[in-house]
Amino acid sequence: MKHAHLASASALGLLVAGMGASAQADELTLCWAAWDPANALVELSKEFEEQSGHTMNFEFIPWPNFADRMLNELNSRGDLCDLLIGDSQWIGGGAENGHYVKLNDFFDAEGISMGDFADATVYAYSTWPKGTENYYALPAMGDANGWFYRKDWFARDDIRAAFLEATGRELAEPASQKELLEIAQFFQGREIDGQTVYGAAIFTERGSEGITMGVTGALYPWGFKYENTPGSYDMEGAVNSPEAVEALEFYKEFYETATPPGYTNSYMGESLDAFKSGQVAMAMNWFAFFPGLYADPNTGGDKIDFFVNPPQNQAGSTLGGQGISVVSYSDKQDAALDYIKWFADPEVQQKWWDLGGYSAHKAVLESPDFVDSAPFAGDFLEAMGAVQDFWQEPAYAELLLAMQKRIHDYVVADQGTAQEALDKLIEDWTETFEDEGKL
Amino acid sequence: MSSFSATAPSARSKWFAGTLVILYALITMIPLAWIMLTGFKSPADAISYPPKVFFEPTLEGYVNLFTTRTRQTDDFLAANPPQTWYEEIVRQYDMVIAGPSKFGERFLNSVIIGFGSTFLSIFLGTLAAYAFSRFKIPLADDLLFFILSTRMMPPIAVAIPIFLMYRQLGLSDTHLGMILLYTAVNISLAVWLLKGFIDEIPREYEEAALIDGYTRFQAFYKVVLPQAATGIASTAIFCLIFAWNEYAFAVLLTSGTAQTAPPFIPTIIGVGGLDWPAVAAGATIFLLPVMIFTVALRKHLLRGITFGAVRK
Amino acid sequence: MTETPLTHAARATPPSVARKIKGLSDRAIAWIFVGPTIFLLLAINIFPLIWTINLSFTNFRANRPGREVDYVGLRNYERILNDSDIWLNMQATAHFLFWTILLQVLIGFTLAYLINKKFKGNDLWTTIIVLPMMLSPAVVGNFWKFLYQPQIGLFNYIVAFFTGKDPSSFEMLGSVQLAPWSIVIVDTWMWTPFVMLICLAGLRSIPDYIYEAAEIDRASKLRQFFTITIPMVLPFLMLAVLFRGIENFKMFDLVVQLTGGGPGSTTELTSINLKREAFEKWRTGYASAYAIILFVTVFGLASIYVKALNKVKER
Repeated sequence: MKHAHLASASALGLLVAGMGASAQADELTLCWAAWDPANALVELSKEFEEQSGHTMNFEFIPWPNFADRMLNELNSRGDLCDLLIGDSQWIGGGAENGHYVKLNDFFDAEGISMGDFADATVYAYSTWPKGTENYYALPAMGDANGWFYRKDWFARDDIRAAFLEATGRELAEPASQKELLEIAQFFQGREIDGQTVYGAAIFTERGSEGITMGVTGALYPWGFKYENTPGSYDMEGAVNSPEAVEALEFYKEFYETATPPGYTNSYMGESLDAFKSGQVAMAMNWFAFFPGLYADPNTGGDKIDFFVNPPQNQAGSTLGGQGISVVSYSDKQDAALDYIKWFADPEVQQKWWDLGGYSAHKAVLESPDFVDSAPFAGDFLEAMGAVQDFWQEPAYAELLLAMQKRIHDYVVADQGTAQEALDKLIEDWTETFEDEGKL
Repeated sequence: MSSFSATAPSARSKWFAGTLVILYALITMIPLAWIMLTGFKSPADAISYPPKVFFEPTLEGYVNLFTTRTRQTDDFLAANPPQTWYEEIVRQYDMVIAGPSKFGERFLNSVIIGFGSTFLSIFLGTLAAYAFSRFKIPLADDLLFFILSTRMMPPIAVAIPIFLMYRQLGLSDTHLGMILLYTAVNISLAVWLLKGFIDEIPREYEEAALIDGYTRFQAFYKVVLPQAATGIASTAIFCLIFAWNEYAFAVLLTSGTAQTAPPFIPTIIGVGGLDWPAVAAGATIFLLPVMIFTVALRKHLLRGITFGAVRK
Repeated sequence: MTETPLTHAARATPPSVARKIKGLSDRAIAWIFVGPTIFLLLAINIFPLIWTINLSFTNFRANRPGREVDYVGLRNYERILNDSDIWLNMQATAHFLFWTILLQVLIGFTLAYLINKKFKGNDLWTTIIVLPMMLSPAVVGNFWKFLYQPQIGLFNYIVAFFTGKDPSSFEMLGSVQLAPWSIVIVDTWMWTPFVMLICLAGLRSIPDYIYEAAEIDRASKLRQFFTITIPMVLPFLMLAVLFRGIENFKMFDLVVQLTGGGPGSTTELTSINLKREAFEKWRTGYASAYAIILFVTVFGLASIYVKALNKVKER
């Protein structure tokens, strides 16, 4: 009875959705997160409207609600979005639950080659199962977690001298995670222009994905792995390896000794606020924000510079970014595909980068002008060369929530040890994969 | 009550009471005043460290609240000088106004849903309260407790089935759906409060009217309703406050068409992070209608809340 | 499309049909008056509740449309009651409930008592005091997060001004010790006016002649306070506690915006945890069982409380 009920519910939902759509099939809605690059996309899309005659509507959802709201929409088979720039971790669910349209045939017919896009972005944003040639999205926005710092402070003679005296080396962009911490600790509590400033703003947010995205910035360079063998869900000894424990302890030390007080629940917005208000010497954040930071009248321009997440045992950056997908519940799929076709064009991609979006197209990234086109362009290329992503499983939300809890409990609420936190995390993850029938 | 009355407080105790109350009011106003002030700061002033009490006021927050902006290339900026004062504000960040923001729509949704559900709650609530007050209804006490108990459910507890049910009925993300939902939540409060008010209206009034040849309905309409006006007004304030500000259902059940302002305001993104002046501006504007409504009905609020429900 | 039984019912008794029902018996009118309310509650509260109960015995997940749904008996309930993390959530909720209600009753009653001295301009100040409860809890939570920022927020600077401490030396939202109090402060700031209004209504409902009679009996002011004021206001106060108690047991929006449940899980109230299970992890069956446990808890406590309330009324 239960089955019948649910089935009829969704069937009726589809029927209602179908009736709601008018014959005018050229009004497209694109859903994405509400942030800087979204504004640029609106501007860029005007060209598409002119060329195709379709009208573009946008639904931008703020980051803290983005995943909730959109997954809710997909799970209830809503037709709010025709196009969705969904987070990289959703690709598994999008593909397995049939939310996204498979794009292989379309790519073949239109001559769009995934070989034209940066390999890391294709792997992360487009494929499911991972690494196979099954495409459910076109890489839309490359992104990774990087760092920016007060170039003007780093250049001051008094500060440089004090740093040299304290550490025995010159103050410069850090070459390793430990140097990063050393610089942050040096600035922590220091008086600059009559104000107490702090080391660095890092991600510690509890509610959505913040602290996980922050801590993986330490875990990956130390060599953290999700599984011993990819695809085996064999986590014991990988997730809680000695390197992982050391990296987690490092992140806690960073949080305790080199961040401004009160940054206990901070993510993108707080990190930017801390930097713009002149509280911190350095901050981590997504590359997506760097154009905006560079343009900031108070702390941008020649006061800011950028560096890639420093390596430790190896290079490694936390992946952000999204691919653009066609929602399978949309009844304007043809028009939506027109948009993707237009968006994949190298010239459009170049303009996308010029406006502040991070193109993943090789024609843009490998162009000789690219590295000098922005002060963070070179760092971006370097970061994208060594990115890793969180689980992209259909159950990623459960996996993420468990990690949020375990890491926040240890790092911020100071409960237990790093080893215990990671051991418990394996227990949580194992339970989820058992529920999924994968273990 | 003459000033010689034995129960009238002395001038000194009045002064003492007044001072304490005003002191509390001033302290409790600080956060609110800070929100309103922040609406007139520039984003940099809003997050200045330490916080600024004195600053150069700007309408940037309000401009950002009502518009969406986009970054433009230098060529474009040079070729198109700003035309209006709000364009100029945006230009400091090398941006241009791309169009109106969603705030207007969200605000309108709040008005429709907030006032619509308040009206419906009061309408149904008054009828039910009158019936409970005047007629013998089998199991009346149990029914009343049942009505109250519906308020005890955590919204999340019923949100899943409502979510599935609304899809099926085509009510999800519609104004009607949200009005019905908020009415269902508010009606328990409305029935309980209004029953108290109506209990206090002497039955003799209606009985006289019935003898004069009024029907039951006319007696209710022409005699009871005007008498209950005060109670209805203060109940309406409480219903409106809830429906106007509700967040959990709005976040879970609406996306585009019917989303109200509360899920929208805390998440207004500016250049990079949260745009605090725009958030503050939104909070200020959003407070105004309820504030005006309350101040307009203030006499009823203060005189009216007798909560007769507990007095039988 | 919008023609549903609910709208039908909502429109069933507009004033224009008054003439038609002129001749109806009182009993019929009673049912016509109560009917729509009951119907609305059945459709939007009771039916979903029954659905939730049904789901609570399954392993259904609303985000896996295609997956087989099995009845798992009481397994969900067992898992919840044996989960030590959930007991911690319950403790956090209890702490929040106890202190918000205590503070709001104390401050709210005191304010009402003072306002009832009818000093000049008391109407105006009452209206001003009531303002915080008109704000949206989500917006309030969000903005207090801003106020609590040790460097850029106002709260720490004000506390520092009075105590001489360094404003950056404590973190209201970040420390495990202070975070539970930070949410109590905000809720008290916001909802004390509600308790105050109800107390004020109670105080104003006491007829003057009772005090006058007490004066004639030469009862002291203090005695009058404890033998007249307190007992007469008590039913009102208890009603205020009931409403605040129910609301705060469900507390979600304010705290989720303020702390997101952190640090760690220190302020993760049951509603926040429930929302995570239901709408982020999408363990629909499990979350339904969780919701039922919470509902039964409030319902049970409230029933006992309402019985007590009725006893007080009868006195």
